Amino acid sequence: MKFRAKIVDLACLNHFTRVSNMIAKLAKTCTLRISPEKLNFILSDKLASGGVSMWCELEQENIFSEFQMEGVSAENNAIYLELTSENLSRALKTAQNARALKIKLTNKQFPCLTVSVELLSSSSSSRIVTHDIPIKVIPRRLWKDLQEPSVPNSDVSIYLPALKTMKSVVEKMKNISNQLVIEANLNGELNLKIETELVCVTTHFKDLGNPLLPSESVSQSRHPEDMAEVHIDIRKLLQFLAGQQVTPTKAVCNIVSNRTVHFDLLLEDVSLQYFIPALS
Amino acid sequence: MSYPAQSFLSVFRSLAMVEKTVEKCCISLSSSNSHLVVQLHCKYGVKKTHNLSFQDCESLQAVFNPALCPHLLRAPARVLADAVLSFPPALTEVTLGIGHGRRVILRSYQEEADSTNKVMVTETSIGEEDFLQLHAPEGTAVTFCLKEFRGLLSFAESANLPLTVHFDVPGRPVIFTIEDSLLDSHFVLATLLEQNPCSQDLCSPSPRQPMPQKQAHSIPHLDDFTNDDIDCYMIAMETTVGSEGSRAQPSTSLPPVSQPSHDLAPASEEEEEAEPSTVPGTPPPKKFRSLFFGSILDPVHSTQDPSPVLAEDSDGEG
Repeated sequence: MKFRAKIVDLACLNHFTRVSNMIAKLAKTCTLRISPEKLNFILSDKLASGGVSMWCELEQENIFSEFQMEGVSAENNAIYLELTSENLSRALKTAQNARALKIKLTNKQFPCLTVSVELLSSSSSSRIVTHDIPIKVIPRRLWKDLQEPSVPNSDVSIYLPALKTMKSVVEKMKNISNQLVIEANLNGELNLKIETELVCVTTHFKDLGNPLLPSESVSQSRHPEDMAEVHIDIRKLLQFLAGQQVTPTKAVCNIVSNRTVHFDLLLEDVSLQYFIPALS
Repeated sequence: MSYPAQSFLSVFRSLAMVEKTVEKCCISLSSSNSHLVVQLHCKYGVKKTHNLSFQDCESLQAVFNPALCPHLLRAPARVLADAVLSFPPALTEVTLGIGHGRRVILRSYQEEADSTNKVMVTETSIGEEDFLQLHAPEGTAVTFCLKEFRGLLSFAESANLPLTVHFDVPGRPVIFTIEDSLLDSHFVLATLLEQNPCSQDLCSPSPRQPMPQKQAHSIPHLDDFTNDDIDCYMIAMETTVGSEGSRAQPSTSLPPVSQPSHDLAPASEEEEEAEPSTVPGTPPPKKFRSLFFGSILDPVHSTQDPSPVLAEDSDGEG
């Protein structure tokens, strides 16, 4: 098993750093899947994460100038590593003005992902900062739990409003209730509702637009005004929104009534899918 | 005399205000009520008087001599300040040493107890060219408190002065000196006596993991990407059943982890002069620090925290 990659372009490095910062906000521990074409940050819906799952994918050739990997075997040409997300984002943070950044799988006292940054120095010599991020190699038998989640057949699919606005609304709502109802219809309307004994608060977003659903039959049988709703834990929604530091290129919300909320974001060339389950 | 530093600092809290409004500052000792009087004469006839109470205390003078330290390095404070930026704010200790190729290395220090926790290790390597002076052989290294180091670095950086580091073997104090025409300051920090294998690797010229089929060791961080094989190891994978057909790589043998000696060498004469309250045989408190300021106009006086010192105590409490 081998992995070595290098980034020389500052824009690519900043992009990768932003992705890593986002992942650090979304999941304390996550799985990094390395395959010949892609890198994935994965959070699977185990109990520890409270049912939340995440799938983030980026094409390696958009980031790395050099990329070599050798998986577990020829048939299973992938590497699955578990790491603390904050370690990676902290390591990348030191690379803000780097000339080059190298990442490789190493074994120093314990398996590590070594991030080696070559910084520009005032004199001719370069300064090197190395971070050894401890990792856990995930054995083959657990890979089946870490596959790309299937996109559910949603009842409603809608474009999201500005995430910053949503975040400030949900932040205030969190002080009133732990549960939130997210509902939307095929008329471009999305509501965030909280309800307690004393008060009900609803924020309405209108004219959001709905992406065209692939299966026309679903949309035809559904009245455009009908709301599909899910009761979710407000903190999980807030955690997702807090992780979004950049305005996404595309942001879609898919709702499966009383089951799941599925956020599908595209941040330039990086795709992020985030699933929040309904409260039981 | 001694008084809480915070009280004294609070007089000069707003530097901007001080620069704009204060014309003169008079510091005097009031004999009548044993106060330190700081008077700020400001613009428009405004006079601010601060009375700071103090306590008389025993004056202890630690004896240390930077000239006795065999190793030295000197650099603009900014070089070292930039280097410590990469360390996490919570890190307590850092190891400073000379590595392969005469590069100065700063590495986060992990106590043996933390090795099960597997914390990220960060290391910064600075080329010899960035230093004004470097008189230390490859392989020397000392470990000391990072928090104090950061503090004295920020002072040196704000004064825009170079910092000289005098050090010796692990266990003997490290002395940081900052000098200019107005002041002469010495910061003495205790260093850890034991060097765990991680720190030893820092400066060892041999590869960390001996692998017979690997090529000869090259300077780890400066080679081209294609020559990085030395650092690329097979990782042992946990597999439950061999029949899965996966290629289980044998783990490379880890270097033997020697039990760090927590007992101070009984031969060390400094230990006998430590405070009676110290339990013999325990490692020196790592938070020890001592700050000595001397103006070139007056002979060097010092006040000292009542904690064990590794520098010889002129009072000889033994």
